[in-house]
Amino acid sequence: MRRPLVLAAIVCGVLSARAVAQDAGVLRFGGDAEGGAPFMEADPRDPSRVVGFEVDVAALLAAGLGRTPRFVQVGFVTLDPAVERGDFDIGLSGLEDLPGRRARLAVTVPYYEFREVLTVRQSDAARLTSLETLRGRRVATLGATLAADILERARQDHGVVPVIYEDDVHPYTDLAIGRVDAVLLDAVLAERGVSRNPGLLNQPSNLGVGHYVGTLAPANTALRDRIDDLLRAAMKDGRLEAIFRKWRMWNGDQPRLYARVLAAESGPDASGSRDPDPRTGLDQTAAPGGREPALAATMRYLPALLRAAVITLLLSCVSMALAVATGIAIATGRVYGGRTLAAGLTAWVELVRGTPLLLQLFVLYFGLESFVQLPAVAAAVLGLGLNYGAYESEIYRGALQAVAPGQLEAARTLGFSDWQALRLVRGPQALKLALAPMTNDFVALLKDSSLVSMITVVELTKQTSILAANIGSWFLPGLLCAAMYLAMSLPLARLARRLERRLGPGAPA
Amino acid sequence: MSALTVRDLHVERGGRAVVRGLSFAARPGELLALMGASGSGKTSVLRAVAGLERFTAGAIEMSGFSRGPGALPRGAALRELHARVGMVFQFHNLFAHLSAAHNVWLAPVHVRGTGREEAERSARRLLHELGVGARADARPHELSGGEAQRVAIARALAMEPPLLLLDEPTASLDRERRAELARTVRGLVSGGRTIVAATHDGDFVRACADRVLLLEEGRIVREGPAGTLAEAGGQGSE
Repeated sequence: MRRPLVLAAIVCGVLSARAVAQDAGVLRFGGDAEGGAPFMEADPRDPSRVVGFEVDVAALLAAGLGRTPRFVQVGFVTLDPAVERGDFDIGLSGLEDLPGRRARLAVTVPYYEFREVLTVRQSDAARLTSLETLRGRRVATLGATLAADILERARQDHGVVPVIYEDDVHPYTDLAIGRVDAVLLDAVLAERGVSRNPGLLNQPSNLGVGHYVGTLAPANTALRDRIDDLLRAAMKDGRLEAIFRKWRMWNGDQPRLYARVLAAESGPDASGSRDPDPRTGLDQTAAPGGREPALAATMRYLPALLRAAVITLLLSCVSMALAVATGIAIATGRVYGGRTLAAGLTAWVELVRGTPLLLQLFVLYFGLESFVQLPAVAAAVLGLGLNYGAYESEIYRGALQAVAPGQLEAARTLGFSDWQALRLVRGPQALKLALAPMTNDFVALLKDSSLVSMITVVELTKQTSILAANIGSWFLPGLLCAAMYLAMSLPLARLARRLERRLGPGAPA
Repeated sequence: MSALTVRDLHVERGGRAVVRGLSFAARPGELLALMGASGSGKTSVLRAVAGLERFTAGAIEMSGFSRGPGALPRGAALRELHARVGMVFQFHNLFAHLSAAHNVWLAPVHVRGTGREEAERSARRLLHELGVGARADARPHELSGGEAQRVAIARALAMEPPLLLLDEPTASLDRERRAELARTVRGLVSGGRTIVAATHDGDFVRACADRVLLLEEGRIVREGPAGTLAEAGGQGSE
């Protein structure tokens, strides 16, 4: 009896300590400063501070709550899970009002309305005017946004090819250099994209309407309601308008939004019902319909997940083939080559092993774009293949050196050249030694292939995260995704064991 | 004319002289035994002749092919050398990933360009002649010491070298197998092949050697017919 009581006391203590920490005069607002102006960015005059309209909104809310605002830097794609687990009090980072987000988090009233805008190259302005005109063409957007949902529907309805980015800068630079044919994103980002990339223009048609909201942990509804009151007050007295005017974002859509939000407050649902639409009074014409059960949504996404699994498998197989080829070349060069060649190859291996794969992918895809514009899949295969090639080369080098010298001497006394001895004697014996670590690497590559989503390739993990964002839960999608990875990796391990058996136990120790 | 002539051979290993000015000749169809205690330099002589070891001075000649000090032979020179000499190692060094027959036909196919079927037929015949025909499909790790030794001899013979080097051919064999091997080797010699064997084994030398060179610290200290020197060379080894 005693132990549960002690445990309960400890848990209560921890929980109350956490509550105190959350309420100690500070409003922690989470955002991604990589998003840049006008949302938030490091202050050019003092990079330790952030500036942007979201920072001003946070200051406004903190003042209303009698707290001090404190910025918490979080990657854009992890803002939702981070607020859910209590890393900060409110997420303010151009977060769109999406059904999945509403299902999962406590969401504030919207404080800014935006339109979805199609951006194209000026030379295409006359012919690429709408989603219908983009059949078979690549259209870029940011993952887990309203625009991504619109594009997904356009893929089904008009045969548009969505290209999902992890950031909102590269869609526009890639449009400028011709990697994609259009970008669909909200007007704030589109204006910024066009101003930074000469040669682009925004089409006038409005492809959807969305709203920015603040996000809080689902249990944090009391704070959310206070913040809603503060936002409504700021809508009434012009303080929000002042912020958006300061950042040159004010337009005619905002007064209409505020009127609808304020009207909803005085309506019958102002009592605190959490049903989103009556509360905000919004006409979400472009947003997907109401919340769908997780299982149904998962089943609807299943074909897309399977397609993504095939992409993961193909990508991994081709990358591994490249890794094996470069690994063999490097290992052979290091074992048989002269001192200069061996030193050069050693430096290459250390360079590749000593830097993150993600960085290598970025350099290949974005860094080299002024010299060579690699298609995303090619950059992915090259990045994964070359990176794993460096690791493979070390395995092969070790295996080659582990073949008994007597085997090579025997080959020599029979008149085999070095190349024949490598091909007929040393290589096959080294292969057996290398097989188990090679399989390990293939399984690791299969999983690391998820990194290529950062350069717009939608593979299994990315597709899963899109599904999870859509239904507001990682549970089912995560299980399904894990099952698919296992279904791919387990047969590999089995195949390797069979091959090892087939090559027999007679290889040298 | 000699099948093998070695003149004033010097071999160093790790800065230490292991063969010091050694000269000898082997006649065609002769089995010449190099005897001596461990470290006397007999294996180093064989390795130098087989092109596995560099030598610092001297010359090695065999049927129109001669080598001086310097780098190990490569390319065409290596093929020239091994058209004339084959070697059987003390621990056989059979290719671990291949069957016995495959070990035997690999070099004829890839070095001499013999057709695969013909080479395989010859390999099986050779294995049969050496008494291990039934083990043609076994992997090296499945063979006994005696069987592995015979497969290794077959592998060297498949390249039809006029000179065969045997390094401690009986080291891994029991008494009965040693006698069998001695008969096999004698048969090869009577067929006209020249054999140079480094060995401790007095019985083997008595059974099949023609002449013995007794080595000590890298020099020949005695030379004579097998009957008189087998005991001296075998001393302390068995």
